[in-house]
Amino acid sequence: MSQSVTVYVPRETAAVSMGAQGVAEKISALGDVRIVRNGSWGMSWLEPLIEIDVNGQRIGYGPVTADDVDSLFAAGFLQGGDHALKLGPVADVPYLKNQERWTFRRCGLIDPLSVDDYRANGGFNGLETALNKGPEFVLDQIKASGLRGRGGAGFPTGIKWQTVADAAGEQKYITCNADEGDSGTFSDRILMESDPFTLIEGIIIAGFAVGASKGYVYLRSEYPLARRVFAEALSIAKNCGWLGNRIQGSGFDFDIDLHLGAGSYVCGEETAMLESLEGKAGLIRYKPPLPAIEGLFGKPTVVNNVVTLGSVPDIIALGAEAYASFGVGRSKGTLAFQLAGNIKQGGLVEKAFGLTLRELITDFGGGTASGRKIRAVQIGGPLGAYFADEHLDTPLDYEAFAKVGGMIGHGGIVVFDDTVDMAEQARFAMEFCAIESCGKCTPCRIGSVRGVEVIDRILANEDREENLNLLSELCDTMVDGSLCAMGGMTPFPVRSAVKYFPEDFKR
Amino acid sequence: MATKYDKTIASEIINQFGAKPEMLVQVLHAFVQRYSFISEEAIRQIANELNLSNAEVHGVVSFYHDFRTIAPGQHVVKICQAESCQAMGSRQLTAHAERTLGISLHGTTVDGQVTLEPVYCLGNCACSPAVMIDETVYGRVSPDKLDALIEDCGGSR
Ligand SMILES: Cc1cc2nc3c(=O)[nH]c(=O)nc-3n(C[C@H](O)[C@H](O)[C@H](O)COP(=O)(O)O)c2cc1C
Ligand code: SF4
Ligand code: FES
Repeated sequence: MSQSVTVYVPRETAAVSMGAQGVAEKISALGDVRIVRNGSWGMSWLEPLIEIDVNGQRIGYGPVTADDVDSLFAAGFLQGGDHALKLGPVADVPYLKNQERWTFRRCGLIDPLSVDDYRANGGFNGLETALNKGPEFVLDQIKASGLRGRGGAGFPTGIKWQTVADAAGEQKYITCNADEGDSGTFSDRILMESDPFTLIEGIIIAGFAVGASKGYVYLRSEYPLARRVFAEALSIAKNCGWLGNRIQGSGFDFDIDLHLGAGSYVCGEETAMLESLEGKAGLIRYKPPLPAIEGLFGKPTVVNNVVTLGSVPDIIALGAEAYASFGVGRSKGTLAFQLAGNIKQGGLVEKAFGLTLRELITDFGGGTASGRKIRAVQIGGPLGAYFADEHLDTPLDYEAFAKVGGMIGHGGIVVFDDTVDMAEQARFAMEFCAIESCGKCTPCRIGSVRGVEVIDRILANEDREENLNLLSELCDTMVDGSLCAMGGMTPFPVRSAVKYFPEDFKR
Repeated sequence: MATKYDKTIASEIINQFGAKPEMLVQVLHAFVQRYSFISEEAIRQIANELNLSNAEVHGVVSFYHDFRTIAPGQHVVKICQAESCQAMGSRQLTAHAERTLGISLHGTTVDGQVTLEPVYCLGNCACSPAVMIDETVYGRVSPDKLDALIEDCGGSR
């Protein structure tokens, strides 16, 4: 008896949003197949990207709709037959082949909820190594790896962990920031939906290193599928003894709770997130004290982004040097860039730091989706600057980008074609700040509202020069007087729009 | 789906979270899940059982966009308003929805079928513009596709 063929159909938000569920249902209705709901390789423009295992090789087809399924069967796709949507071996698709996958290396490959798949691909090796070699070893490796926070600020992770490890007190916490509020970013989501055990493993290792026994994941409520997958992964990990008391027979206990955000952008800021985790409104806290000293419930707390923590297991398993061999200068390792907006081939591109924006947008992204000229690119989310064509040759590393007044942040890249109205984008930046401001300080709370009004006057051609000056002063006040980066960085997109696209403010 | 308020069940929900004040945000989510919005009655009961003041609970409810205080329509249609989706026409898509449904963002159709809301990123930015209807996310949503999706879920046109 021949075994039935394995067909992979992703259960990941982008794929599902383009009809993967219907594709899976139709394939299982028509064929004697085993369907595995994998995650995504991150090639979102090809979703739903389905795969067939042909003699151990994964042959891809995409983007597939339910309407294509009949013709796929007619073409003999279960044996890898030719079809207009055939991509060939998925590992050879240039978009994927030309990446340097570290944190995301299992995404797409495995069944996200199979511990066996995870183990077979090096999963939990990092945690085993950590449990064998002790917390000091872990702290040293993370420091030596040069890993910096992927949530936005780029703070060295090893130093943060050491601070919490050295802080006095029995009770300490690990909190994972999965609020992923920046437009144009989805790497946290892809990891949590496609390889959730990697995040779980990273959190446990962090807890072991600093002496914490409890972790919290703060997930945005806009991610219902990530929530389902991650919650399932947590209960599977508990059932298999990879989470809970005496992990794998060691003397180490660790537990993780999943908490939901509630539609507030500012709750992605670490102190607002801690307030929200304590059940309160997400008001920013004054710093100091740093969360590493007085964090959740006043206890020493690590706050790290999903991708930061997800990069940890392989650093411990494969060694700090292996990770640090990627990247340039003080930007070590890889970053999961996310191509979004008006882009032909949107998706996740994990690369060593140091390539240019143009390489990313043209070589990987294939230019705009509309086929029109690129006019503006926003990098680093809603608080990130807009850049024009002349900046696209800047290498992507933290320092080089800071030099041109930008920040890589969480790695989101949003492309706009030449139909964009940059005055409208500047107005939106202020409006968004007004909507999302926590309200604790005046420059942000009132300044953003004034900002919208001033831009409206500029657009209505009322005393344009005077109002442009007023806008500039307002930006100064927000930069200098805001308590956190919400008010303090909203001027970045506004100013860059005025500076690089002045013609849009004259009409 | 909206359910009639029931004090005993409300109490059970609060207790599922250990009746701890630090679980307030999670408790409110569970209430929205069950009752579709947070009523005055709910605020009083939650405050009472978590040992908080009404004002404290009010403060939290009003801070977060997710915690509505009036009943939404049968279906909630959220159109992403953030930058990546703007770059792919979410402003035009929103205007289209407002026109065909005869309401603005935050409004509910007169037949109570559809509430239209803004959302700031669904993490589906590689397939912009994105829309979420109830708990399902859709990608590359054209005006025609949106009309069809709303019709499918029984919403009025
Ligand atoms: C307004 C605002 C929103 C933020 N949103 C997020 C977010 O959604 N996810 C995140 O990881 N960090 C976010 N950050 C950065 C966090 O404050 C913090 O630096 C980060 O979570 C630390 O983790 P890391 O060192 O691993 O990057 C935000 C910061 C600000 C000011
Ligand atoms: S800058 Fe804005 S978000 Fe930050 S503390 Fe001040 S009011 Fe709150
Ligand atoms: S900006 Fe719309 S889904 Fe991210």
